[in-house]
Amino acid sequence: MTSAVIEARGLRRDFVVRRRVGRFRRQRSVVTAVDGIDLRIEAGELVGYLGPNGAGKSTTIKMLTGVLRPTAGYLRVCGLEPVRQRRQLARRIGVVFGQRSQLWWDLPLRDSFELARHIWRVPPADHAARLARFTRELDLSFLDTPVRQLSLGQRMRAELTIALLHGPQVVFLDEPTIGLDVLSKQAVRAFLTELRDRGDTTVVLTTHDLADIERLCRRLVVIDHGRVVHDGTLESLHARYGSRRMVVATLAEPLTEPVRLPGVDLVQSSPDGRVLTFGLDGRRTPAGHLVATLAALGSLRDIAVTEPTIEDVVARLYAGDAGGSSTGQS
Amino acid sequence: MGDISIYARLLWAQVRSYTAYRGSFAIDLAANALAPLLDVATIIVLFQVTPDIGGFRADEVLVMFGLAALSFALADVAVGQIEKLRLYVRTGQLDAALVRPLSVLGQLLCADLPLRKVSRIGVAFVILAIAVSRAPIELTPARLALLAVAPVAGAVLFGAIFVATATVAFWWIDSGEFANAFTYGGRDFTSFPVTVYGPAFRYLFAYGLGFAFVAYYPTLALLGRPDPLGAPALVAWSSPAVAVLAALLAGAIWRFGVRRYRSTGS
Repeated sequence: MTSAVIEARGLRRDFVVRRRVGRFRRQRSVVTAVDGIDLRIEAGELVGYLGPNGAGKSTTIKMLTGVLRPTAGYLRVCGLEPVRQRRQLARRIGVVFGQRSQLWWDLPLRDSFELARHIWRVPPADHAARLARFTRELDLSFLDTPVRQLSLGQRMRAELTIALLHGPQVVFLDEPTIGLDVLSKQAVRAFLTELRDRGDTTVVLTTHDLADIERLCRRLVVIDHGRVVHDGTLESLHARYGSRRMVVATLAEPLTEPVRLPGVDLVQSSPDGRVLTFGLDGRRTPAGHLVATLAALGSLRDIAVTEPTIEDVVARLYAGDAGGSSTGQS
Repeated sequence: MGDISIYARLLWAQVRSYTAYRGSFAIDLAANALAPLLDVATIIVLFQVTPDIGGFRADEVLVMFGLAALSFALADVAVGQIEKLRLYVRTGQLDAALVRPLSVLGQLLCADLPLRKVSRIGVAFVILAIAVSRAPIELTPARLALLAVAPVAGAVLFGAIFVATATVAFWWIDSGEFANAFTYGGRDFTSFPVTVYGPAFRYLFAYGLGFAFVAYYPTLALLGRPDPLGAPALVAWSSPAVAVLAALLAGAIWRFGVRRYRSTGS
């Protein structure tokens, strides 16, 4: 039980907001951005931390990295108390803030890495070995280009490198693929997959890119309104929020009587009633059974089955209509 | 204190950054040299219409001006970039500094060295040298020492004002030109004898914020003149002590501000 790299219990963060009421008076109100989060992340895990905008993701990351002081709760990262031991913690963590650079804008990229070596006091041999590895894995063929001339994709690969050059125990990646083109995203994902499989670095990844999550994260922590609403695998998320396969049936004639099967809902119907979309809970009614029923009821012409996507789950999750209902678990 | 070498590297990185913009750097350097010269011209013009200002003659006021200009130029080059703090707070760039194993203030001061203002130091130095040679100053060893220390003490005092007023950004992000009222305003204030200001203004700026100790009192000590305002002679020599006090105070205000930032997230 001592291997937890991040441990939070009842972590809370309030903000005082002053709002103008009338000409001079201001009303003071307290907004709770993070409302009692329990989190335990073991060494070597790659955890996707997601939630809608304003759910408290950034606030949590800021507390974990020692930027922001928690209002209440217990928090240890690498066994340290983040705000009080900020500088010690900074030696052991790496951070990529998607929108804020750690690089020196006007200098060749190589110089930023050299400065990082001194800032984090990395032994030259370790530095050289890591830089060689990242140069290969991230294809950093632009080490002599000034940072301001790098493309966004190149810059993000450079940011990942500088965050990892001192061999941190944990890296926090705040939206590392935001704004990247497809190829750059693939390069970043391939690199993170490699990092995950190596298993010596714990990764906390916040992203809105659901492909990142499907490709990379074995564990998802979803927060909403400052609370953890899900902590587990992607599969368990689907199960819990009743993700359903969709069955789209095209008929020659509209149905004369509705389909009545357990776990099957008519989600959508075309105006002429010939194209029907059903949501299907495969554990209650197998897809084959639905197809057979449709075939028996009328003239089935075509059938398409789509797997549940994480977009659906997350969209429903964010919309707040799935909150812990027992749909998928009955 | 191995950190010093790291900060030196950060500074050196800034120096190299400038080589990316060589042309505009040269122009900035020249333009910055011009500013103190224009201020000197203002003083000379003033003395065309009046033989003394606040009881001091032209060559005496020029010593004050030289001390004030040199002190300010040194402080401006060393810590003037702290005024960008409000930008860093607003854009969140401060967070990037907080996740490095270095002091935040140290990083900010090394993040942007306004080297283009270096020419002001040279010009201010020349003005001070000429003023001292023309003023009725009997250079004893003690006065020579004071002459060497006073610009540094003045720079520390101005630096403290820079840091303390920039800290306001932690409370008030849209602080705009607030800090400039005290920094640039302070420079202009110190360029003249404090005897010219009304009591309220004088108590606030000269003593409350300590601006009288940048140029006015050191100049009195150099001239060997008693303070027309009646302060004991020792006060004229107390600038270094005042500077140390101001630096400690500014450091405390800074730490308080950072603590507040981390508890409000601004």
